[in-house]
Amino acid sequence: MEELCTGLCSVLADSGADAGLALFLSLLVGVLLVSGVPLITVILLIWIERKVAARIQDRIGPNRVGPIGLLQTIADMIKLLSKEDITPTAADRILYNAAPLVSFASVVLLWAVIPFTPFHFGVDLEIGALYFVAVASFGTLAIMAAGWASNNKYALLGAFRVVALLVSYEVPLVFALLVPVLLAGSMSLVDIVNAQNGMWFVILSPLAFVIFYISSQAETGRAPFDLIEAESELVAGFNIEYSGMKFGMFFAAEFLHVFTNGIIMAILFFGGWMGPFYYESPLIAFAWLGAKGGLIYFTTLWLRNTVPRLRIDQIMAFNWKFLVPLSIANLIVVSFVLKVMQELGFAPGDMLNASFAELLPTTIILLLFNGAMIFYLLGILRKRGREARREAHGAHANFAQAGSAAGH
Amino acid sequence: MELNAISIGFVVFTIFTLGGAIGVVTTRNLFQGTIWLMVSLFGVAGYFILLSAPFLAAVQILVYIGAIAILITFAVMLTRSIARIKERYIRLLPSFIGSLALFLILLLGVTVPIFGAHAPDSIPDYVASTRDLGAALVDENGYVVPFLLASVLLTAAMIGAIFIARDETA
Repeated sequence: MEELCTGLCSVLADSGADAGLALFLSLLVGVLLVSGVPLITVILLIWIERKVAARIQDRIGPNRVGPIGLLQTIADMIKLLSKEDITPTAADRILYNAAPLVSFASVVLLWAVIPFTPFHFGVDLEIGALYFVAVASFGTLAIMAAGWASNNKYALLGAFRVVALLVSYEVPLVFALLVPVLLAGSMSLVDIVNAQNGMWFVILSPLAFVIFYISSQAETGRAPFDLIEAESELVAGFNIEYSGMKFGMFFAAEFLHVFTNGIIMAILFFGGWMGPFYYESPLIAFAWLGAKGGLIYFTTLWLRNTVPRLRIDQIMAFNWKFLVPLSIANLIVVSFVLKVMQELGFAPGDMLNASFAELLPTTIILLLFNGAMIFYLLGILRKRGREARREAHGAHANFAQAGSAAGH
Repeated sequence: MELNAISIGFVVFTIFTLGGAIGVVTTRNLFQGTIWLMVSLFGVAGYFILLSAPFLAAVQILVYIGAIAILITFAVMLTRSIARIKERYIRLLPSFIGSLALFLILLLGVTVPIFGAHAPDSIPDYVASTRDLGAALVDENGYVVPFLLASVLLTAAMIGAIFIARDETA
């Protein structure tokens, strides 16, 4: 009990409060702060997303409510709250109403382990990286429960696709996530950030970052992997029967999940709060994390708004025949090379306190291996692309021939 | 049992585990049954946290709820008549004998020192970390043989599954 009581708790205890009450109050404030950050952020995120999408599509976007449309989301929220809250009569009432809550909670829970600054984080779990994957699996569950409980065939079809998509892309996601864990020698997110003091992991293993980026784009169900709620095929997918704030919860969960993934990638691969002068003040450290996360978030929005949707068979083939073998090969190569380097004495045994100079040989060797793998992959992709183009061309020629034969 | 955070947690997770298990066998709806199963598995994950094994708790949620239970739901969705199952399982006597035998074996295993000594150890001060768990799995004095055997078994099962599911003509 004693060592738990620090900071606000000790202040409260010194001012005469009961020790148990002081601990409870300080923990409560911590929980409220950590869960409050994502709740406030999501209001801004929806506005950012709409503005970015509008700019990419050569529109202006929300610009009526408040300065440059900043209060648009507040207006939307009031609208959603005042809408009729419909539960279809044939729906499974409990599951139907619980699903949006679970969906949103699964994203907010992720923020419990995110280290904002060297000193500010909800909790530094020994298993932080694993916690991230485990909690995210609740999101899959929520979407599927929503799809089934709605008792609507489009919702159910959407739910089917969710299982196929999310469960499949979790495999390369976890394999890519293992690379930073391996490099840092710890699953704690705080340790992973500290281990990047000498060198960011994105430089040590760019391939792992790319795999993680693609898989997390799929995990959030964003284009080109947006077949969960493919409007033109499924009307709206799993959330078709939802109205009012229950729909709003799914909506907010998705937007927040994308940004959370940006922050997670910044922590795992881009050194989290690391940056010039981060040790001067926690605010500077926090700003670095926000800037890196925000930049990655922006690229995901960019991708979402510029690429078309893939077919489900293309998505599955891409995952199981390309991403999964690649992520496994990458993990084996990285772990093998790292171990050999450590045995030969070129790499520091403990990454946590390694400096830039100590890491330089490891970086160069790992980069070389990554480069070789990328080069080989690009060769495969080029060959595949050429075959696909020839096939498409052939099909087109056959079609034209058939057409002209019918004409005669 | 004194009233503290751990005992309250134990009661809550027991309600989750047993309540979920009762839900699984009593519901007339297959999909709800799988959801109850997840509730039960979640309670077991809670036990692991109470036993200072956060790694196992996360793995429990990731593997059992995130993968296995989700696949069960997927299979359930592909079956007909999910909602109102009319058939009742009527062979109650064999299942009663089976569960009683299982319960007795468990009870004997816990109380009587048949499978090695089970003198109640005092709770050690040292709490094993995830690192210790990983080291024990590959340590030759630890669990390397069971670990390798399990790996071989799983690989064989996977190859078998692929072989069965493979299209003959392809």
